[in-house]
Amino acid sequence: MKILALDTSGLVASVAVVEDDNLLAEYTVNYKKTHSQTLLPMLDEIAGMTELDLLSLDAIAVAGGPGSFTGLRIGSATAKGLGLALKKPLVHIPTVEGLAYNLCGVDKLVCPLMDARRNQVYTGIYAFEGENLKVLKDQMAVDISQVAEELNTLGKAVIFLGDGVPVFRERLKELMKVPFTFAPAHLNKQRAGAVAALALQYVRQGRTETAEEHRPDYLRMPQAERERMEREEKYAGRTDDPLDGGAGLRPGGTN
Amino acid sequence: MDEKILERDIHILAIESSCDETAAAVVKNGREVLSNVISSQIELHKLYGGVVPEIASRKHIEKINQVIEEALDTAHMTLDDLDAIGVTYGPGLVGALLVGVAEAKAISYARGLPLVGVHHIEGHISANYIENKDLEPPFLCLVVSGGHTHLVMVRDYGEVEILGYTHDDAAGEAFDKVARAIGLGYPGGPKIDALAKEGNPEAIAFPRARIEDSPYDFSFSGVKSAVLNYLNGCQMKGEEVNRADVAASFQKAVCDVLVEHSMHAVRDYGVKKFAIAGGVASNSTLREAMRQACERRHIAFYHPSPLLCTDNAAMIGAAAYYEYKKGVRHGLDLNAVPNLKLGNKL
Repeated sequence: MKILALDTSGLVASVAVVEDDNLLAEYTVNYKKTHSQTLLPMLDEIAGMTELDLLSLDAIAVAGGPGSFTGLRIGSATAKGLGLALKKPLVHIPTVEGLAYNLCGVDKLVCPLMDARRNQVYTGIYAFEGENLKVLKDQMAVDISQVAEELNTLGKAVIFLGDGVPVFRERLKELMKVPFTFAPAHLNKQRAGAVAALALQYVRQGRTETAEEHRPDYLRMPQAERERMEREEKYAGRTDDPLDGGAGLRPGGTN
Repeated sequence: MDEKILERDIHILAIESSCDETAAAVVKNGREVLSNVISSQIELHKLYGGVVPEIASRKHIEKINQVIEEALDTAHMTLDDLDAIGVTYGPGLVGALLVGVAEAKAISYARGLPLVGVHHIEGHISANYIENKDLEPPFLCLVVSGGHTHLVMVRDYGEVEILGYTHDDAAGEAFDKVARAIGLGYPGGPKIDALAKEGNPEAIAFPRARIEDSPYDFSFSGVKSAVLNYLNGCQMKGEEVNRADVAASFQKAVCDVLVEHSMHAVRDYGVKKFAIAGGVASNSTLREAMRQACERRHIAFYHPSPLLCTDNAAMIGAAAYYEYKKGVRHGLDLNAVPNLKLGNKL
């Protein structure tokens, strides 16, 4: 089985092709440049080097969120376009799970931390039984103290990874009561190779979707929608219209 | 053999996602629309009184494959029958544009189809080619929409020279703001157009702005402020506002300026053909005023039907065709350019 995987959920842009037990190619760039411009040329590069026939792929996997909203949509739209054009199924890998799979086989708890801004992290808690990933706490957007507390309760040694590590390193030193370490440079950011390898298991379990069905899982509402819900709650039962106006709007359209 | 017979038909799949419509179309030889699918998000954005960029982007990604498949099915085509993919890459909302651009690039790459990036405004202008088979450049065109007000000389296909533009609000933006002020809601254009039919366009004297030394340029913030001041004044004096009169008088003020500046350019440049395009081009008062003005000057007047005035992909397919014929091809690194200027080519 051959899987193409894409991950553009964060600063890293990564594409990989995995065939069964072999990583045929992986191209990972952790440098500020728009994924919109780099992603397909990266795929083209590895496809050329490995003489990849796109029609030989069994599925297209994509890190489906959480992450940068725009980054997620670049990966998703690319996967959806490839899926539509090649008539191949998609595999939606939760970003945090894919990140955890970088450390497949470790006997510690694995806790990816992605900087979610607004004082939150996208995180989850995972453990491995052989190469099988066990989800102890599904991916979520929470305060760093909350995930630290859950890890302390579990009482096992933890390994952290992700772009949230440099942001929360000092806080973790204060919060953590169990032994913890950090993953090294070659394993601590999104890798499409891990997404593809995990996707193999998803496909075997029948967890695929059509290109049409696929959409990112942002774990967060758009700001305007959140604010509207808050206002609706606050003004529930009142007869005046507090919803007129609001922040972040662009009056009119381009038509 | 006749050279025409040797010329093969060109079929282009076009994708448009620059604002709040997810659209795909198949267009033959730039003029014949085989399908034109539009998934509008307008109901969703009404809750907010305007387009929310993040919500627009999310809706685009949910709808885009469905819209493309429907466009192909309606045209009785598969990707194998296509010659190229056209896509809007600017101007517009960056997150919204990126969905269409990433999708178009992926399809183009997977099927080895040439990719043609299209300027959204050139798309609007090209909407005129679809229903007016005789229309060919050069002609003068007024592009009026929620985001744009440009008076342009279309020298050749895809070759546009800007003669005038708005210094502040776009015409459609002024419609939206005034509509909101008199409680009509979003989108304002069609609502003001409808209400104005019941009002007196001469009831209130709103200003017609002129930009000194720039006879083709526009400014609509003044007329918008004048409406808001008028409404405030009525409120202070406890007078009841005749909303239909406000709508009709405001609309007349905007249309007068659009017609006057356009005809000024028609005269100066001695053109024989004049076209309008963009969402505001479906405004009935503007159309009628332009039609009469052109008739008086004995020049041909062109306008797309209302469906082709709003954002759609058929117009992108029309524009893409002429770019394709000129040999324009974009690479896998094509990016969305939210503030892409007219006449700027990548």
